[in-house]
Amino acid sequence: MTTPKISLRNISKRFGTVTVLDGVSLDISSGSVVSIVGPSGSGKSTLLRCINLLEHIDDGELLLDGNDVSIPGFDPNIVRRRIGMVFQSYNLFPHMSVSDNITLALRRVLGLSRVAAQDRARELLARFSLSDKELSFPDQMSGGQQQRAAIARAVAMEPEVLLLDEITSALDPELVGEVLDVVRELRTVGMTIVLATHEMAFARDSSDLVCVLDQGRIIESGTPSQIFGAPQQERTQQFLQRVINSGRL
Amino acid sequence: MTVEPLSRRQLFERAQRRKSTLIAAASSSLIVLLVVILIPKMPRWGRVRQSFFNAERFTDSFPRLLHAFVLDIKIFTWSVPFIVVLALLVAITRNSRSPALFPLRAIAIAYTDIMRGVPVLLWIYLIGFGVPGLGMDRPWNSPLLWGSVALVLTYAAYVAEVFRAGIDGVHESQRAAARSLGLSNMQSLRFVVLPQAIRKVIPPLMNDLVSLQKDVALVSLIGPVEILRQAGIDKSKFANFTPYLAAAAIFLLLTIPLTRTTDWLLERERRRTSGTRVR
Repeated sequence: MTTPKISLRNISKRFGTVTVLDGVSLDISSGSVVSIVGPSGSGKSTLLRCINLLEHIDDGELLLDGNDVSIPGFDPNIVRRRIGMVFQSYNLFPHMSVSDNITLALRRVLGLSRVAAQDRARELLARFSLSDKELSFPDQMSGGQQQRAAIARAVAMEPEVLLLDEITSALDPELVGEVLDVVRELRTVGMTIVLATHEMAFARDSSDLVCVLDQGRIIESGTPSQIFGAPQQERTQQFLQRVINSGRL
Repeated sequence: MTVEPLSRRQLFERAQRRKSTLIAAASSSLIVLLVVILIPKMPRWGRVRQSFFNAERFTDSFPRLLHAFVLDIKIFTWSVPFIVVLALLVAITRNSRSPALFPLRAIAIAYTDIMRGVPVLLWIYLIGFGVPGLGMDRPWNSPLLWGSVALVLTYAAYVAEVFRAGIDGVHESQRAAARSLGLSNMQSLRFVVLPQAIRKVIPPLMNDLVSLQKDVALVSLIGPVEILRQAGIDKSKFANFTPYLAAAAIFLLLTIPLTRTTDWLLERERRRTSGTRVR
């Protein structure tokens, strides 16, 4: 069996006395799309932030290509260079144009020349239908455009894994589609993607693995047809029922 | 050429604009009128006019004061870069997160507390008289030098707090985004956090610089003849307060353009980077 791209082994995370992640284990194979679903406050965002080492892990191991990157003293920048992240509220840098948002890390982290970085930025903006926004500032764009620019910024680094943290939650319903289209396109080119999401239809139709997180534990995981077709756990059934009742599936 | 008739809305808005202009003009002229009519009616206006608004004294003192003001500008100009650099260092140290830097953080906190807790004038006396008293050779015993050092040390503490507020005001998610791209802590600070923080604090920063511009005059109390002291000399010589008024005019000549320019720069930056504005 091949080594998973990312392995979470028994990861726990506490904020003070609150346990947010309680022994989460998960294997993510290269090129797969993994959806993390579950009620608000179940720990989805924290899980993604732990994978990117933005949060300190209290317990457990995080393996990247079989190597433990969670050991104390390991340089997190090396991990982050290989794992990109996109946030719920885009987090574009408001004082920079879209082009500068994308080229900053290309130049300062990967050491590309200004010209090479701008070329790569233009290429990605064209791919995500943002060519005319190259010199715009984030505040001058719609939410959907901003989020596509944020994805472009992360993808420009050519990460091996992309973490998407509820990237459509802040968008108007009619803008969700254009962002999800971008994610679908990334899937077709074989990007490994882990997404925390409330878009159940997207999780059902576009992922290889669905994990249901509840109170910091993965209570059930499987293929979309297993989770959405024949959920085994009562709490999964309740969660899906609530989602269906609210008209989101 | 035909002129499009104005719509009802356009007519209404034009009427509104005319009304606001009229109100503004009326209220302004009313106030000017009150000042011009009422003040000369005060019982001793004649005496005050003689000792504060004496045209002859004004034109006589003005060039001397302007000449003395060059020293104020010099002190201001060489102090500001040191203040900004020192303040940034203190602010960055106070915002550092590494446990290993705790001693430095403690020093930075003590520094801002102590420097801000004592009046500027007292620091000018203590440092400006104290350090030259150590008996160093020229130029190291100059009160001008140590007066400036006192200004730098006190103002750096105030400005450091301004920078710190700016850094705190940049949302944590910006740092998260920067770090997620693989930028180091220092790179995140330099390219993402500080540029936003500094933009946010330019108005309070300018406020501190305008204060500094005025407090430079305090250095005169330990010796150097700058504008305030020159005005004092002229006042005593001619037994007339007009030189003080001339000095005030000279200060305003510098500070008002300074603040107007900053506002203009900020407005230009805002228009460049932001979307539509609510009315």
